[in-house]
Amino acid sequence: MNRWDYVVLLVTMLGIAAYGLWRTRGSRDLRTYLHGQEKTGWIVIGLSVMATQASAITFLSTPGQGFESGLGFVQNYFGAPLALILIAAVFLPLYRRLGVYTAYEFLGVRFDSRTRLFGAGLFLLQRGLAAGITIYAPAIVLSALLGWRLDLTIVGCGLLVVIYTVAGGSEAVSVTQKYQMAVIFAGMAAAFVTVLAKLPLGVSPRDSLIVAGGLHKLQAVDFSLDVKRRYTFWSGLLGGFFLALSYFGTDQSQVQRYLQGSSLRESRLGLMFNAVCKIPMQAFILLLGALMFVFYQFQPEPVFFNRVAWQRQMAGGESGRLQALEREFSAVHAEKLRLIQDWLKASRAGEAGRAEAARTAAVAANARAEAIRLQVQGLMRSADPHASANDSDYVFITFILNNLPHGLIGLLVAVFFAATMSSKAAELNALGSTTTVDFYRHLFRPEASDAHYVAASKWFTAFWGLVAISFALFARLVENLIQAVNILGSLFYGVMLGLFLVAFFLRAVGGRAVFWGGLAAQVLVLVLYAVLPISYLWYNLIGCGACVLFSLILQSLEGS
Amino acid sequence: MKATPNRPAGGPDEETGLPGLRSWRAVYGWVFASFLLWVGLLAALSEIYS
Repeated sequence: MNRWDYVVLLVTMLGIAAYGLWRTRGSRDLRTYLHGQEKTGWIVIGLSVMATQASAITFLSTPGQGFESGLGFVQNYFGAPLALILIAAVFLPLYRRLGVYTAYEFLGVRFDSRTRLFGAGLFLLQRGLAAGITIYAPAIVLSALLGWRLDLTIVGCGLLVVIYTVAGGSEAVSVTQKYQMAVIFAGMAAAFVTVLAKLPLGVSPRDSLIVAGGLHKLQAVDFSLDVKRRYTFWSGLLGGFFLALSYFGTDQSQVQRYLQGSSLRESRLGLMFNAVCKIPMQAFILLLGALMFVFYQFQPEPVFFNRVAWQRQMAGGESGRLQALEREFSAVHAEKLRLIQDWLKASRAGEAGRAEAARTAAVAANARAEAIRLQVQGLMRSADPHASANDSDYVFITFILNNLPHGLIGLLVAVFFAATMSSKAAELNALGSTTTVDFYRHLFRPEASDAHYVAASKWFTAFWGLVAISFALFARLVENLIQAVNILGSLFYGVMLGLFLVAFFLRAVGGRAVFWGGLAAQVLVLVLYAVLPISYLWYNLIGCGACVLFSLILQSLEGS
Repeated sequence: MKATPNRPAGGPDEETGLPGLRSWRAVYGWVFASFLLWVGLLAALSEIYS
């Protein structure tokens, strides 16, 4: 990065934060602080919901996922539009009619105080633990490749978010998210155009699709019923539906975004905007990764993209083996390039047989290259167990730093920071709101003034911000942290969704049954997690199903 | 302090304000159709370039 990149980065990030502070200056009552001015239109709500979900990891890792595994990951989002329709039709009108600040207040109205505290407690536990990761995960990638100090990157980015979120509340979050999303869209579009422009002369966009498809990177939909396959249409539709329903419908960081609409219509249209745009947006980011894969077929391709870790190991005991594998990889890469050129030539000449033979040979060469890459990754991990970050996380940032013109590099780095800040701000805003409304006001100071609650909410938001920054600073002490937090999320999300499904759809079930049913389901999930060797994602479904079932059983016992 | 209820459902909130999609049921149907369209396009992409 040169000084122009830093100018673009700093002007963009500080400018958006300063604008957020300026727009939300002055005093506010609690409703305005937690829900904004409630004049928000559907486009801002839609962008705000999108920005809250899309963290920096979405833009750092997803292109890398497209590079490595192709478009198949998009199927994980197939359940989201259906879940968003259900939320817009059933959840949202009830939240608005009751005028709740948090989703968990609804549990209190529908059931009782302890069920409300149970739901709010589950949210604080999982979101509070995950809070550090939204800052830590991108900071470790960016600081490694840009040579910045990790602690300063975390503290700088974290404090900026805390300042404008504390000062301006929910309105500052959505005002800044609108411009952060504009930066993200502009940056991703620039990267997409650059990939296409950097393809060699004579290789058209259609050729790049032929190469990507022929090497299995465009396999977007798989209708297979094989449960061992990681991404299929069915697992995406079913698992994605429950995940999206719990995330968009019960997670306060999302609920708070769409409750600030000026009317039910604006909130609903904001959700429908996401229902329509979610799949094409993810497909676009994955396609960018697949096109980067094609780009690297015509260019020297690193065998390991995290060059900082690679250079470190070159000075270590494994350097001889790593260099040998790098030479082998380069030879396979050259062979693959020759085969791809033959394949495209034959394809243009209409020689189907020759094209298919070259394609088959290129697929085999690609499999050999992937096998070498896996060996390298294994060696890198065994040499440095702390270097656990997935190498695919470094693909996109490496492409940006090596291929984009100065100025645009700054814009793309701003994309990652904008995404970090937009999702972090929404999380802190939700954590502060829930702590204030569901615990502090509900349990300790039920009759204080509005100004008192606004001040309390600011203190709690700042507290959660500092927790997140501290957690991010000490994150490296916990091995495989991201997975640990994902597991924790799956262990609690299912039961939380179960509580809300009972509230919305099982009117005969009362507070006592759902509280003890939810608690029993949570214990069951934790016990099963300790004894069953199944994928943690299943606990979303198990927790939800058990909560609903136990609540029904307890209610029928109570009735009889 | 009690939360102030938002504008109740009914009245202007019940109108979608979208040309050609006058009821929310029609909006949801349109969103569902767009979901099918995206899945269809992605399936076609998989098929054409496999």
